[in-house]
Amino acid sequence: MIPPITKMLARHLLRSHTSKDKFSPAEAALRELADSLGLAAQAKLGRSLAIRAVDAGSCNGCELEIHAVTHPVYDLERFGIKFVASPRHADVLLVTGPVSWNMAEALRRTVEATPEPRWVVAMGDCAIDGGCFAGSYAVAGGAAAIVPVDMTIPGCPPTPINIIAGLLALLKTVDG
Amino acid sequence: MMGNVTLLEFLSMGREVANHRPWPRYQLDAKGWRQLVEQMTVSNWEILAEWGEPAEVHVLLRGEDSGAIAVASHPCPDGAFFALGQVRPAAIRLERAIRDLWGLIPEGLEDQRPWLDHGHWRVTHPLGRPRQYDGGRHLYKFLTAEGDGLHQIPVGPVHAGVIEPGHFRFHCQGETVVRLEERLGYVHKGIEGLLAGKPILDAARIAGRVSGDATVAYAIAFARAVEAALGLDIPPRAHWLRALMAELERIANHLFDIGAICNDAAFAIMLSHMGALREKILAANHAIFGHRLLMDRVVPGGVSMDLDEAGRQRLAALLPRLRHGFKRAVALYDQTPSLLDRTTGTGMIHGTLAHRFGVSGFVGRASSRSVDARRMPGYPPYDDLDFAIPVLAEGDVHARVQIRMEEVRASLALIEQILTGLPDGAFLTALPMRAGEGVALVESFRGEVAFWVRLSETGKVVRAHPHDPSWFQWPLLEAAIEGNIVADFPLCNKSFNCSYSGHDL
Repeated sequence: MIPPITKMLARHLLRSHTSKDKFSPAEAALRELADSLGLAAQAKLGRSLAIRAVDAGSCNGCELEIHAVTHPVYDLERFGIKFVASPRHADVLLVTGPVSWNMAEALRRTVEATPEPRWVVAMGDCAIDGGCFAGSYAVAGGAAAIVPVDMTIPGCPPTPINIIAGLLALLKTVDG
Repeated sequence: MMGNVTLLEFLSMGREVANHRPWPRYQLDAKGWRQLVEQMTVSNWEILAEWGEPAEVHVLLRGEDSGAIAVASHPCPDGAFFALGQVRPAAIRLERAIRDLWGLIPEGLEDQRPWLDHGHWRVTHPLGRPRQYDGGRHLYKFLTAEGDGLHQIPVGPVHAGVIEPGHFRFHCQGETVVRLEERLGYVHKGIEGLLAGKPILDAARIAGRVSGDATVAYAIAFARAVEAALGLDIPPRAHWLRALMAELERIANHLFDIGAICNDAAFAIMLSHMGALREKILAANHAIFGHRLLMDRVVPGGVSMDLDEAGRQRLAALLPRLRHGFKRAVALYDQTPSLLDRTTGTGMIHGTLAHRFGVSGFVGRASSRSVDARRMPGYPPYDDLDFAIPVLAEGDVHARVQIRMEEVRASLALIEQILTGLPDGAFLTALPMRAGEGVALVESFRGEVAFWVRLSETGKVVRAHPHDPSWFQWPLLEAAIEGNIVADFPLCNKSFNCSYSGHDL
């Protein structure tokens, strides 16, 4: 008997499961974005950009979409852009959520632990200005209330396409 | 203490509060409250939620056998109440949070450490009688473990993966975890404070963001609580569309978590496979309802958008594709011994502990608790739908995976029934302006979400309290990891997948 894992690996190796999916999201737009993101990543960073995600108080909706861009359909890693486990390895900090006061210190220290040159991206409406949590006694506001922010990606939560487009915009501002 | 007494018989010695629906609320004086706490030592009543007001404490209770639900309230103008946590460990963190937020002192509680308040808010008791806080940082004393060769591993709040922040303090002997203590509250956003005073529809938007992965369940819970308070019946089609969205959310989360559990056992192909499957659901959500996670699609009064025939057909076409892909994943899981070796016997929760904490959701159902809010107390349209509630007794990571797989199958069958039987008619009805109090219990993918609201006659939320099932699941994670190796913690943690945001509020 052929074990299921062998079958599955063979299937994935022999044909892409995403290309035949007629319901795959905005396929043309994604492909266009992907091509320019791939080019930019290669030109500016030699195909290596490391992102550290920092949840500074999010509802976890943004995290779900960050996961989605790493899954096979969007597959961010094919551009050399990957999520890393430590800020010490990161070029970009992707901050989500309104910054809760209980997370403010941790966010500040995470930014300080990231070597320069570094970029801070505020992802999602909450990270931009606190979103629907602004004004609470427990919320400092958007990420910019605590750390310098280089770029924002709006949305509640931003869709994977928005996230990829946002990272592309960031890459275009980076001096290669 | 009384002998055999039902929850409602017992509470009827208090004063019933008018306009609290659908289940009654009783106010108990100090003596009555103390009797309730004592009665809880012999009764099998379950705590579903506990929260405060500036001078009153509330507990949502379920009489386990009868299924009766009621709120017991205890006005405590002197700022203290007899702690339920003395007899029900599940209430300990809830009462520590009540003290932090409302300044009510849980008398008799051994653990008086703050819980949500880390000393950064610049006020104390923000929801009670706030006072400017000018003290220094809080020093949090972790529980200890002593012995030869023990060492500590502090983890968090910023974790290695893309997950929410929280702190875990491990005491280990070599590879083996002797004690885990969680410290949470990092993502406390003051949601109850934000809800108070908001117009109902603004509050609904916040309610849908208590825990983003369960946004549909929270939106339904808030909407049902509001509709109960207003005494409002919504159109049948709205109930069915809500259930459709709730089951889509359940499947999407279970798929992702099953993949992530396997990924934490270094079996990454499952996460990729599940990620691709899950994306089909989110893409369909986006195309049909205009939002991938279905945020703000359930609103008080019904749902904010209808399902047209094209959408119905697209979902109907999606089901066999999901079934097919899911079947492959299950076969892969079932026939990979190296993976089963990691999940079987890992992170055990004994049934007695699950019952003691009144834990709901798949964590409870994998440890012999068959509670499901869709069945008990039940709410429309589930009384017209046919579904089984899977229960296992093993209580390990494998059992939790099995329950989730069974629930994916059940939800797929539910969606099929909903698409076939969806009644015609309106999907939204206007909200009347009326004062009242309402409470609702809704089954999220994670377990029972409770929502309590008090409305003013001007159409505003006076107070509201959301309760996440994670409150009772987090403490069990500490028990599950005991005696396991550190490397199995991600596996155990993901098999629970508790919400930080829903818990921290």
